[in-house]
Amino acid sequence: MSSVGSGYDLYVSTYSPDGKLFQVEYANKAVENSGTLVAIKTKDGVVIGIEKLVPSKMLCHGSNRRIHHIDTHIGVGVSGFLADARQLITRARSEAKQYRQVYGQPIPIKVLSQRIASYNHVHTLYGSVRPFGCSIAISGIDQYGPQLYMIEPSGSCIGYFGSSLGKGKQAAKNELEKVKFSEITTREAIKEVARIIYSVHDEVKDKDFELELGWISNETNGVHQLVPKDIFDEAEAYAKQALEEANM
Amino acid sequence: MSFEHINFPVFGQVDYFGKQSQQQLQPQQQYTPSHGGKKNTLDPIVTGTSIIAIKYDKGVVMGSDMLLSYGSLARFNSIQRMTKFGGNTIIGASGEYSDFQSITTTLNELVTDDHCMDDGSRLSPEEIWNYLARILYNQRNKGNPLWNTCVVIGYQGGKSFLGKVDLVGTCFKEDIVTCGYGSHIALPLLRKARDDNPNMNLEQAKKLIEDCLRVLFYRDARSSKKIQIAVAGEQGIDISGPIELETYNWNSGEAAVKNFSQV
Amino acid sequence: METPEWLDNAVNLGFDGGVVMGADSRTTTGAYIANRVTNKITPIHEKIYCCRSGSAADTQAISDYVRYYLEMHTSELCDDPDVKTAASLFQLLCYSNKNNLMAGIIVAGWDKHQGGSVYNISLGGSMVKQPFAIGGSGSTYIYGYCDSKFKPGMTKEECVEFVKNSLALAMFRDGSSGGVIRLCIIDKNGPERRMIPATELPRFWEG
Repeated sequence: MSSVGSGYDLYVSTYSPDGKLFQVEYANKAVENSGTLVAIKTKDGVVIGIEKLVPSKMLCHGSNRRIHHIDTHIGVGVSGFLADARQLITRARSEAKQYRQVYGQPIPIKVLSQRIASYNHVHTLYGSVRPFGCSIAISGIDQYGPQLYMIEPSGSCIGYFGSSLGKGKQAAKNELEKVKFSEITTREAIKEVARIIYSVHDEVKDKDFELELGWISNETNGVHQLVPKDIFDEAEAYAKQALEEANM
Repeated sequence: MSFEHINFPVFGQVDYFGKQSQQQLQPQQQYTPSHGGKKNTLDPIVTGTSIIAIKYDKGVVMGSDMLLSYGSLARFNSIQRMTKFGGNTIIGASGEYSDFQSITTTLNELVTDDHCMDDGSRLSPEEIWNYLARILYNQRNKGNPLWNTCVVIGYQGGKSFLGKVDLVGTCFKEDIVTCGYGSHIALPLLRKARDDNPNMNLEQAKKLIEDCLRVLFYRDARSSKKIQIAVAGEQGIDISGPIELETYNWNSGEAAVKNFSQV
Repeated sequence: METPEWLDNAVNLGFDGGVVMGADSRTTTGAYIANRVTNKITPIHEKIYCCRSGSAADTQAISDYVRYYLEMHTSELCDDPDVKTAASLFQLLCYSNKNNLMAGIIVAGWDKHQGGSVYNISLGGSMVKQPFAIGGSGSTYIYGYCDSKFKPGMTKEECVEFVKNSLALAMFRDGSSGGVIRLCIIDKNGPERRMIPATELPRFWEG
């Protein structure tokens, strides 16, 4: 980032001379400081995994969740400020509910994603607000099959086969490029996501982390849920083993 | 010359101004807007008839037919009148079908909210029944009731649940619940069967419900013989596929098959 | 009070891969025929149509609203809407304004998820999916006929015959129905509209 500050970062409604919105870029920084999020879309489902950094040993296991449900068929993973994300989640839930009331059908993932992106976008337009300090991955299954969308503070909304956010974003992307998205099953994808998160975790800077996994597939009957304990343990064991082998 | 005896206008002979001042004394006709003020009390239009339910030793069985009537017209003949909510509850409804569809939407929102919460606890049948009672009671306080009687059955944590809510919000839990014609015809039969066999099992309860629906088919002119049976028990909740009732008690009709000479 | 204009009688039928919609063409004000060549099969979207019965003013207003909402929805979806979506919009309007409306509407059409489908939105605002649906005042005269002649999995031409015969019978017995038969056949290739003049209606026993 050239010319940081220099007066052009005081309002989100002000462009810098080289065409940047510094406030939005700072919001992206908030995301980049957060634990890594990895998501993979397969033929019949989507998996989201998150490296949830644990700031204190006294935290209860499972608190500060970063994977949430929006509707029965939609879930989100959060990278960045949880408090900001909660706003988006609440909004997403009410959009999903309202869509059902009007059209009598579950909201398509793309429609929801675009609506949330618009919500993000209006927070980049006015001096009286700040952009959300979080990016979210929206996963779900609708009439058009499994879907994975990433939404950023700028209001961009892009569909992916696989993507990552947060600290280890770049390293995770390098790993994701090796995945064969058209062949992998959702169960394999869970392991793969776990493995990538363990492999990009920075043991030195962030000591403790908790893995959080969410999935939706034909196996879950199109319902988004956290990965059940048995599958979770298997994936985590696989990830730990892969990490050990890599370190040897 | 007076024209007062003429009560219709004759061209050139009418005192317009005089008449007009007279007319103004007449009370103006009241304006009645055809679509004025909201009408509150409604008649049900597309309706379902009785729902009956009874507890057995380890759960609850509920039965209903699949008919929606339009006045006396048997309009829709294979409509499910019982709906699952979450993994533990089934609600059956008699009365106005569009209102039941509206209730279904509202309760599904509740269930979805519960799923999103994902806090490890699930809505119990009793909670859903209570919420439903509030919806119906609230609507009737607005003077615009949802024209249904709902029967709620469920099974959660080893406990079975059976309750009822009606269109004014009256709600109670019971071991036997009926509505509509079922309260006149099936209720005494169910009570007697339960008195005779207080610990009936699932098969006996299903048979009992089926028998009651059969009697209702004989005596309720808004019922049909295409039925469904819902069970909430240890195996979870389930709504059966359509069942065609056997109707065999027509022997009493033979008595009237006589020639003139035989009478 | 001004007498509303009434529309009557509609038959809709799903065949394998599409739907056939049919309606008579009579609009009445009391016993007077206000329009003898009405078009009661109203487009809601490219491949979704509705048959209107009840008050002409009400059903026209409702379908105008639904057409508008569905257009908005289509541009958000970037895809053709489902028939169920259109039917749900009809239900929303009919149910939430049930006190002030006289509208019986059959929504039918083709979408890529469900193929051909038929929904009935009756007076109170209940929505029921059906293999075939009949509505309007004339329909009461042909329940028996339709029940006896309908069988699942009919071909397109069989469906057209079924709809034509049912309508002709209803139009003969019902004073509020008559005129010509209008048909609309919708499948994945879009709608095809036909008109059968009153002189060429199928005829049955007329005693």
